[in-house]
Amino acid sequence: MEYFAQQVINGLQLGFVYALIALGYTMVYGIVRLINFAHGDVFMVGAFIGLYTIERLQFPLPVVFLSAIIGCTILAVLIEQLAYRPLRHAPKIASLITAIGVSLFLEYFTSLRQVFGPNFYSFPRPFTVVGWEVRGIQVTNIQLVILAVTLVCLLMLQFIVYRTKMGRAMRAVSYDYVTAGLMGVNVNMVISFTFGVGAALAGVGGVLYGIAYPQVNTFMGFMPGLKAFTAAVLGGIGNIPGAVLGALIMGQSETMVSAYLSSTYRDGIAFVILILVLLWKPTGILGTRRSEKV
Amino acid sequence: MKRTLLLLALAVLLAGGGPGCKPPAGKEIKIGLITPLSGDVKTFGESVKNAFEIAVEEANAKGGVAGKMITPVIVDDRNDPTEASNAANLLINQHGVKAIVGSVTSKTTIPVSDIAQRYRIPTITPTATNPKVTVADGKRKDYVFRACYTDSFQGTVMAKFAREKLSAQTAAVLYDASNDYSKGIAEVFRDAFAVRGGKVTAYESYGKDDVDFSAVITKVKVSKPDVLFLPDYYNKVGLIAKQVKEKGMEGRLIGPDGWDSPELVKVAGEAIEGGYFSNHYSPEDTRPEVVNWVNKYREKFGQTPDALGTLTYDATKMMLEAIRMGNSDDPGKIRDALGSLKGFEGVTGKFTMDANGDPIKSAVIIQIRDGKQRFLQVVNP
Repeated sequence: MEYFAQQVINGLQLGFVYALIALGYTMVYGIVRLINFAHGDVFMVGAFIGLYTIERLQFPLPVVFLSAIIGCTILAVLIEQLAYRPLRHAPKIASLITAIGVSLFLEYFTSLRQVFGPNFYSFPRPFTVVGWEVRGIQVTNIQLVILAVTLVCLLMLQFIVYRTKMGRAMRAVSYDYVTAGLMGVNVNMVISFTFGVGAALAGVGGVLYGIAYPQVNTFMGFMPGLKAFTAAVLGGIGNIPGAVLGALIMGQSETMVSAYLSSTYRDGIAFVILILVLLWKPTGILGTRRSEKV
Repeated sequence: MKRTLLLLALAVLLAGGGPGCKPPAGKEIKIGLITPLSGDVKTFGESVKNAFEIAVEEANAKGGVAGKMITPVIVDDRNDPTEASNAANLLINQHGVKAIVGSVTSKTTIPVSDIAQRYRIPTITPTATNPKVTVADGKRKDYVFRACYTDSFQGTVMAKFAREKLSAQTAAVLYDASNDYSKGIAEVFRDAFAVRGGKVTAYESYGKDDVDFSAVITKVKVSKPDVLFLPDYYNKVGLIAKQVKEKGMEGRLIGPDGWDSPELVKVAGEAIEGGYFSNHYSPEDTRPEVVNWVNKYREKFGQTPDALGTLTYDATKMMLEAIRMGNSDDPGKIRDALGSLKGFEGVTGKFTMDANGDPIKSAVIIQIRDGKQRFLQVVNP
């Protein structure tokens, strides 16, 4: 029982980090129907901003998160304006290929020696790690930080989407961007904003990831990006609570397969679950054909 | 995967496509070095390059070998098997090297050894310990040699050490299922530990890109092993060690020569303290060959040479010695000379090549104490 509880906690830690990345995929998809493959790499840039602000500039933790948020937001808005906006009315496949191109560009460009460099860097811990044992279950302050930061991000996102004018505009554009434009919503602005919010979450995710698994390199965004994208599809792409649910399921299934079967089967089984869910419900667990999509 | 295929296709076009690009035979002998100068094991690659350069400079200062000067050609393989194949093709077909030193890790050296064998270019890897480097499917690749002991020796040494010196009753093994080096040593250790009366309570694998090991560690922790064997390179070992500590798992961490990097302590910090690993040499050894070498390297690069650099120095010198013995850069003669080496005095010990092109030599055990590598003992084969 303790063993099970411990594994649930391990899975939660993984799931929450996936959730922060998955939200960016799902929001962008909800608005422009684009799978933004460069999102995992924005997450990587967030981790590197964390590395530099902690190691070189020695900023306090909240400022580190803020720097990653600002840096990633600017990057994502630039990507949107330079790479995706010119293709907005082109066939969907053109945008998709462009997204893959941007992803590869970011990975290889940042791996140049003049940028981040091609190596693995150890990520400094901004605080000392403290562990507690509660009834035989090991908990660390890292896990608590991940939990707290992720929850704060989710609440803020909920607030932005449902309680602000911009959030209403986002929902309107998601529902029908032609009509929303005719009603006076600045569609371009809303799309840029959505990219920015998604990237801000990825930036926070990057820093948390660096703290939890203290090693970064420029290709680190690929696997978490893929897993988070899977989580978004599993939960119903375009649906915000769905992305979080999907990410938590991914985290748990990966952990439980490692815990009770073998870690060799882990990724295989995670994707089998995805395929089964999609066979049963092609739109994902919480996705409906034309629900509120942001 | 698609990316890799595309790159491979491009490389084949570039490397094999150019007609008649063999340079004319001159007053020089080109020797290639394949080494990871970037990527996840770049500290390995850098010390290998430094040591290779020292060996070549020394030979040229003495007027070259077999009447010709040595020209080094150095290529980065990023510790990627595809890149390593490209590098080998590039060296052989474009630069026309007569011999190759490299590569460094087993997963990159296995493809390099296949290419070298196909083109019949004598190749010596300083550090790749997997048996498949010199022998594939029971067939000896007769142009390929190595300067280090093999995984089976290394795995056995650590199993014996854990049983006899650490009096471990139980052991757990965590390895990378996609890495020939890691998998090879893990298997040998598991069997050797069991043969000596120990019990392997957990034998778990992970993937190349994994960073979260909490689930497997929690699983391994249940059986409370006396030692945890981690056959992988320093970057992965550092991450795992850290999470082992955070999960509150007891038990001594032990491992193979992949731990040999100052980066290990940087990543793992206190979590790796007290761990043991097998290595090829220790700079604290007092034999005159070792003292001379350490001073030479320190003077030039301002740091203590690691085992990888030291093996490269020995490997390069053996290759040069083989050219000298045959007094020719003819690949067949170099191969015959390398295969017949007996009692060659290197920094890492005396080399005698066996029938598989693997040297018979001793290992050392090193402990990490106060964040430093401390020499513990020599283990003879």
